[in-house]
Amino acid sequence: MKQTTFPKLETAWCPGCGNHQILSALKEALIALEKQPHEVLIVSGIGQAAKMPQYITTNGFCGLHGRALPAAVASKIANKNLTVIVHSGDGDSYGEGGNHLIHNIRRNVDITHFVHDNQVYGLTKGQASPTSDIGYLTDMQPNGSNIPPLNPMLLAIALGCGFVARAFSGDTEHLRAVMIDGIRHKGYALIDILQPCVSLNKVNTFQWYKDRVYKLAEDYNPENKLTAIAKAMEWGEKIPTGILYREEKPDFHDKVDYLKNGKPLLDRETDLKKISDFMQVFR
Amino acid sequence: MIHNILIGGAAGLGIETLAAILEKILQRKGFEIFVIQDYMSRVRGGHNFFQIRFANEEIDSPEDEIDGIIALDKETIQTHIARLKTNGFIIADEEIDFQYAGLYSLPLKAAAKTIGNPKVFGNVALGTVLRLYNLDFTGVAEVINERFTGEVASQNSKAFEEGYKLAPVKYEIQANPKDDQILINASEAIALGALASGLKFYAGYPMTPSTGIMTFLASKMNEAEIIVEQAEDEIAAINMAIGASYAGVRAMTGTSGGGFALMVEAIGLSAMLEVPLVVAEMQRPGPATGLPTRTEQGDLKFVIYSSPAEIPKMVIALRDPEDAFFQTNRAFDLADKYQIPVIIMGDQFLADSTRTVKAFDFSKLKNDRYLSREDYSRANEYRRYEITDTGISPRIIPGKMPGTRVLVDSDEHDEYGHITESSAMRKTMHEKRLRKMTHLKEELQEPIFVGAENADTVLVTWGSLSSPVKEAVRLLNAQGQNKYGALLFGDVWPLPDKLLKIKRESAKKMINVEQNATGLFASLVREQTGIECDRSILKYDGRPLSSQEIVAGVKGGEQG
Repeated sequence: MKQTTFPKLETAWCPGCGNHQILSALKEALIALEKQPHEVLIVSGIGQAAKMPQYITTNGFCGLHGRALPAAVASKIANKNLTVIVHSGDGDSYGEGGNHLIHNIRRNVDITHFVHDNQVYGLTKGQASPTSDIGYLTDMQPNGSNIPPLNPMLLAIALGCGFVARAFSGDTEHLRAVMIDGIRHKGYALIDILQPCVSLNKVNTFQWYKDRVYKLAEDYNPENKLTAIAKAMEWGEKIPTGILYREEKPDFHDKVDYLKNGKPLLDRETDLKKISDFMQVFR
Repeated sequence: MIHNILIGGAAGLGIETLAAILEKILQRKGFEIFVIQDYMSRVRGGHNFFQIRFANEEIDSPEDEIDGIIALDKETIQTHIARLKTNGFIIADEEIDFQYAGLYSLPLKAAAKTIGNPKVFGNVALGTVLRLYNLDFTGVAEVINERFTGEVASQNSKAFEEGYKLAPVKYEIQANPKDDQILINASEAIALGALASGLKFYAGYPMTPSTGIMTFLASKMNEAEIIVEQAEDEIAAINMAIGASYAGVRAMTGTSGGGFALMVEAIGLSAMLEVPLVVAEMQRPGPATGLPTRTEQGDLKFVIYSSPAEIPKMVIALRDPEDAFFQTNRAFDLADKYQIPVIIMGDQFLADSTRTVKAFDFSKLKNDRYLSREDYSRANEYRRYEITDTGISPRIIPGKMPGTRVLVDSDEHDEYGHITESSAMRKTMHEKRLRKMTHLKEELQEPIFVGAENADTVLVTWGSLSSPVKEAVRLLNAQGQNKYGALLFGDVWPLPDKLLKIKRESAKKMINVEQNATGLFASLVREQTGIECDRSILKYDGRPLSSQEIVAGVKGGEQG
């Protein structure tokens, strides 16, 4: 039964691409959460990671480059019964969609955002991404990337994001566990997934990540913002993975009585009598 | 006889409240009203004014000539006295030093001080207006009590009584009350129309002159149990509306030209995903920031051609508040029926002018969602983009039917929503989407024709100018020969052309009347039908075009 819930579909990803493992982990996470495909909506922008909705039998919304978040949060507002997940790359999520990232952390709608972070643009073939390290050489950055990389974990913690985590596509068991926690988290959750791009990124390879990532210690307390900030700043020889920061707080729906309680907006009838009474003030 | 009163002063002096009180009192007395507001893009200071036309007959336009000025400062008199009719009146406080035969230099502030509230001096002036027109106090207490309570309410009422004593009767005017009139502007009418269409989600970013739609919706959000969300930018706003619509609720966004420029990519997304979308585009003079609080019709072609590539789309220009209410409902209906973006267009003149119209008849609304009732769960092969004769594919709501998935993709896709680069599928899908336009064209609304049936001269206009043009035709025909008519276009894309062709055959002259510099609508007409207008009346200084200016433009051309 479980094996057929999410049948395997043919993909256009390169052999060895981290996306394959991320997809497997996602399917396993959804099975563990006992989600049926029609109950889940995967929203994406444009990019290699953003092809995710094509390769899984859930509902899918492949929108515009950088614009997955606005569509995702609004679909959750319209129908709170949907489990809404965003899958997109580092260029889509941190570059083109940067403004939406900032403000949807503030908005705190109950969705989960998985960023496939390979520090390079895949679909457009190899330009620097917002997370490329200084000195990263590409055809478009012939002198090496000379603007410092964005630290999405630090940004998210600073903005008060309620769930900030990092995982590595090479460790699917850990990735699956983080995914499950992220989807369960009530509110916006950001999970940055480090993954190699076997075709275009010859610096940050599978081995490069494997040599650096480590799991946060069992006794690490993700509820302490200051230590979380310190952990989020670790990048280079050692890169921490796991839940860096976590904070339970009211989400978007909690703050609006009629969103929190009762039927989803989608299933509510419009009371035309009430609307026509709004005309009273103009009489 | 139509009367025209101007209330002017610096921002922050409360002229908005004064205008609202006077409008409401006149409305309750049964007058027809047409109000325009002229405000500067600043919060304090500057010069702002309202012009309130009232009469016991139909009014469709602002007028340049004024009968009376209520001046809260000297600048108001200096700015507008040239437009005051001979025998016109000015009401101003005695402290304002000005010489004019028709000036009532009155102790407005002193009276307010005696009443015990210096802020009510404007109401003293309104009391004087009632007296000048020999109108009684019917409706005054009612309107005051709707705005104020307790001591302040009684001070406001008292101010009216004091003002009433300060001048003699000057005019005689009788109201001609009609059944169930409302006093409303198009922003409010669009918002009401959206609510009455079952709107559940609106996202927008504040931009004058579109903000009024969102403000009204937000004021009703809790009662209507909908979400009105201020987005981080216009790109977010429109993508949110598309996301909510995909999930199955009626959703909308609104903006002005600059914000719409940011939305353009997503207009194409709505068409490509085949997710219904309604957008209100309220024009102001541009480009870039332009004149934020002024009016223009400069975005016609930009809106019609918005989006890369060729997409199915509908554009409806709104003519007045009543039209705005019903066309907003029609926009939702057509967006759902054809699964396309529908853009309703207005402008600052339309958004901010308040007028009396017949209360909206809710029984005329159409609220079908056009959802498929098929059970796809057994067949397990729901195709979001099923190829059909009409180009419209069966739509279901994601999450409602086990065994189904709703996959939408901004990439070219096959019937299931899967990415494809197949040349055959590209052709098939592109044709399927565009085929919807063929059917949409069959339900276009022809323009409204007003005036003499066999008119020699036919004015051609669109959207908000329909009202002033209508009034201009009335004025022209009343001047003697009954030879003027006008085509008032609401649907502008696709362009209905049947009536246009008939009128072109019979008219000697066709004149396009527009608020832009290059005659965009005439150009569209020529492009779509080959029909040429003989002459244009164009205005593009940011101020509304009045019926008098249109009459002068028509007459001027005849002499030339």
